[in-house]
Amino acid sequence: MLRITLTRLVSVVPVLLGISIISFFVIRMIPGDVISSIMGQDFGDPQVEAEMRRYFGLDMPLHEQFLHWFGGLLQGDLGTSMRTGQPVLSEIAERFPATLVLAVSALVVSILISIPFGVISATKRNGLLDAASRLISLIGLSLPNFWLGILLVYVFSVSLGWLPSQGAGEGEGVLDNLRYLILPAVTLGAGLAAISMRMTRSSMLEVLNQDYVRTARAKGLGETVVVTRHALRNSLIPVVTVLGIQAGALLGGTVVVEQVFSWPGLGTMVIRGISQRDYPVVQGTLLFLALFYVVVNLLVDLIYVYLDPRLRSGH
Amino acid sequence: MVTEVAPAPAPPPVARAGGRHLLHLILRDRIGAIGVVIVIVMTLAAVFAPLLAPYDPTAMSGHRLAPPSGTFPLGADEAGRDLLSRTLYGARTSLTVSLIVVSFAGVIGVVLGLLAGYYRGLLDGVISPMMDVLFSFPTLLLALAVVAARGPGTENLILALVIVFIPNFARVVRGTALSVSKEPYVESARAVGLSNTRIIFKYVLPNSVAPIAVQFTTTLAYAILIEASLGYLGLGVQPPEPSWGSMLSSGKAFMELSLWPSLVPGMCIMITVLGFNLLGDTLRDALDPRLRGRR
Repeated sequence: MLRITLTRLVSVVPVLLGISIISFFVIRMIPGDVISSIMGQDFGDPQVEAEMRRYFGLDMPLHEQFLHWFGGLLQGDLGTSMRTGQPVLSEIAERFPATLVLAVSALVVSILISIPFGVISATKRNGLLDAASRLISLIGLSLPNFWLGILLVYVFSVSLGWLPSQGAGEGEGVLDNLRYLILPAVTLGAGLAAISMRMTRSSMLEVLNQDYVRTARAKGLGETVVVTRHALRNSLIPVVTVLGIQAGALLGGTVVVEQVFSWPGLGTMVIRGISQRDYPVVQGTLLFLALFYVVVNLLVDLIYVYLDPRLRSGH
Repeated sequence: MVTEVAPAPAPPPVARAGGRHLLHLILRDRIGAIGVVIVIVMTLAAVFAPLLAPYDPTAMSGHRLAPPSGTFPLGADEAGRDLLSRTLYGARTSLTVSLIVVSFAGVIGVVLGLLAGYYRGLLDGVISPMMDVLFSFPTLLLALAVVAARGPGTENLILALVIVFIPNFARVVRGTALSVSKEPYVESARAVGLSNTRIIFKYVLPNSVAPIAVQFTTTLAYAILIEASLGYLGLGVQPPEPSWGSMLSSGKAFMELSLWPSLVPGMCIMITVLGFNLLGDTLRDALDPRLRGRR
């Protein structure tokens, strides 16, 4: 177990390096000039321009800029916002909890939907319920999550007035704040559920055909015990992997869904950064999200090894 | 010619299944047939948008947020523009962008995958880690990074999506190229002196056709979704050019006054993506005999 963990940790290093190089150069690819695009109409005073160039370190050669930036990165310095002058890292720290709460709740929503329906779908294969849940999951796969969000807002906020449609709720009780979470979490979770439901169904089907399931049935165990104790546990291994792959979709999805609900997380931060051309903010947030994604995948891999004893001794 | 003397062993039958045979396999499946119909209808709508649309999609009128009626079959948006016309032109935008993106990403990805999988060695050592890094970046975030750097707009959107989707193809093709190049019939082709290029075109590529086709369809579905998402975020095709994503974004602002502008484009995205997903699913089953009858 320890050796696998270490190997996985080492294999992450080139990916991390690649991600930081990409996020550095992506911003340097900007056509035209960063300074002129920030200064906009005030552009023209050469002294101010030179000052700003030096302030943002843009007067150095490219490789020095990279080393400077990377050095800062290793010390947790993601630069300062060009608009507010605040350190990017502190704004990330402030907003990350909101994104994490949204992502985790969406994951919970998706598990609550996908596992029961996936299992029922597989055990009642080709029945009416199976057909219905497969159709729903296909539609879920094809539904843009921001549109689902818009529809939910229309039904539950505009028409029924039951739930708030914007923000995360501040200065109110925990229960009130929870009401703000429901629509975004369901929006984000439903799309994920569509994929995991398909995965749960097919891996459950595979497991139900295994010899040990037949043995369990043959020795007279009830169907519920067979399904929950013998089949479900084993069928969850691929589902865990899918949830790991989903982490990417989840992070990408939060960016869009946060925008729909004006959720005060990293997604709205990065979009605001893009529209204000605040490059350190964009760079820092994207880098942070990518890092988070890599860490989640690493964890999923390790859980995978933990769940499947064969992998512990094997590779 | 030496190469013609030695009868080449036939590659697996899948690759040689003719187009008509494949179409038959797809249409035999009712779900696949639905997918084909949706894809055809949407494509026709996109191609003939200028003939079908009753109005200029950017022409404004005084009928702001008008409900569906004889004049505006699907209603009008906040600037009094005809929703049906905008939706038809939106199909044009969405399908054109996605098709360009997936074609470019497909060609580049297939070439990279072939190089890595067939020649292995140094080429593989350079290409594969690059693809892994690109792949390890969540799709939408990578697209956001490119658009952030280059600014919103159609060309940058296409560039962003091409970069994002290259690894999908490269990975799939590398896999088949790796396994095919170890087959005995490739060994014997080498033994009779066929050049690498000929082996690639004669054996490796035909064997990769099935996975490429599946990848093409499912990536197309995904590209439509991502294009719509970026459009919604205001980073895709810029207004007043109609795109489904940006239509939904402005529609949402006026949702309390009229639901139609937030309903119609979303419905179109869903149906189109569903069509490609259904087609992709059926294609996968039809081309992979191991899966046949297992669904």
